[in-house]
Amino acid sequence: MHELAVAQALVEQVDAVIRQHGATHASLIRVRIGPLAGVVPELLASAFPLAAAGSRMEHAELDLVAAPVRVRCQTCGVETEAAMNSLICGACGDWHTQVISGDELLLESIELETTSSLPPES
Amino acid sequence: MCDTCGCNLTPGNKHLAFKPVAKGATAVSVLKGLLAKNDDQATHNREHFDRRGILAINLMSSPGSGKTALLEATLTALKDEFTCAVIEGDLETENDAERIRAKGVQAHQIVTGTACHLDAHLVHDALHHMKLDGVDILFIENVGNLVCPASFDLGQHFNVTLLSVTEGDDKPAKYPVMFRAADAMLLTKTDLLAVLDDFDPDKAEAHLRNLANPAPVMQLSARKDLGMDAWLGWLREQLAAQRARVALGQSRRPAIQSDGVKYHSATSPTPPSPGGAQSHATRASS
Repeated sequence: MHELAVAQALVEQVDAVIRQHGATHASLIRVRIGPLAGVVPELLASAFPLAAAGSRMEHAELDLVAAPVRVRCQTCGVETEAAMNSLICGACGDWHTQVISGDELLLESIELETTSSLPPES
Repeated sequence: MCDTCGCNLTPGNKHLAFKPVAKGATAVSVLKGLLAKNDDQATHNREHFDRRGILAINLMSSPGSGKTALLEATLTALKDEFTCAVIEGDLETENDAERIRAKGVQAHQIVTGTACHLDAHLVHDALHHMKLDGVDILFIENVGNLVCPASFDLGQHFNVTLLSVTEGDDKPAKYPVMFRAADAMLLTKTDLLAVLDDFDPDKAEAHLRNLANPAPVMQLSARKDLGMDAWLGWLREQLAAQRARVALGQSRRPAIQSDGVKYHSATSPTPPSPGGAQSHATRASS
């Protein structure tokens, strides 16, 4: 149950971006999570409102994007999907692989609202 | 990774930065690890260690798998050779730190209250309560937990994960995040193997390899002084390697932590958001 700590870290980061851009609040927060990050998306989703209460993102939608587990084989070079507890190469079965997706815990993007009526430049 | 100049945008992840948004709103691409603040603190801790030539080892396992007993035996064996120090993490009590101090070794207890893991900030605070000058090896005994501690870099150079033979040889398959993070796996309490017919050390190792983890596996019993030589030898080897790195101004991170992000950009399978001919985005740089 370390998801609350992760949610608090998320709120701090989003708050920094809000400040940096002079925005009033965030409306959408997109986070990419792989199963190997050790963070359960559902638990993060329920911890987020607690961490965000009273902040400039308390009404923001939290969009959690699931990242698939993929490995690249160092022996045969093929990239395959893998299960989180079996990271062996799906082509040749070797265990000398490198995880290329599935362990990320990444704040991808944020949609910010500004009080200014200026439309974004095109 | 930099979040100010936009250099974290690559051809692989650029589509994430361009997304149609409502009028008056701005989409900002961040692409930063969620635990970046913890990781920054961990990097700072690691600099503390490297400046003093200290080897920092993070011990992780389930509760009761023998971390403190291993430390007691290790500290006794190394007492004439190296100066060691220990940070203990537990939800409550000073018990483990007292066991270490009874060995004449400096120990600081972190009482986490209800928190299920140590983080880099807790460790940093602990470091300020310790005398680090002259310390060769710092052991950080994490909260007994096979889940949460794996996600937090503390500034250590190595993760050592213990698996006691009373727990079942399929633990690496059940807790892949933890065992994938191990730079060494210790099978502990092996004196009990004689009376346990359902723990196969080879199977435990095979489950670890299934996680694409090449970490050495050592079998030992701290209580019965079995197999300790391999572990102590590994520690001596890593301390020598740490000193060689420090002499060259280099450092080392645990095998898997924080190496992931750089591989993700080129293979991100998320399709661009559909709809909207015009896309606007403000990069983190603007």
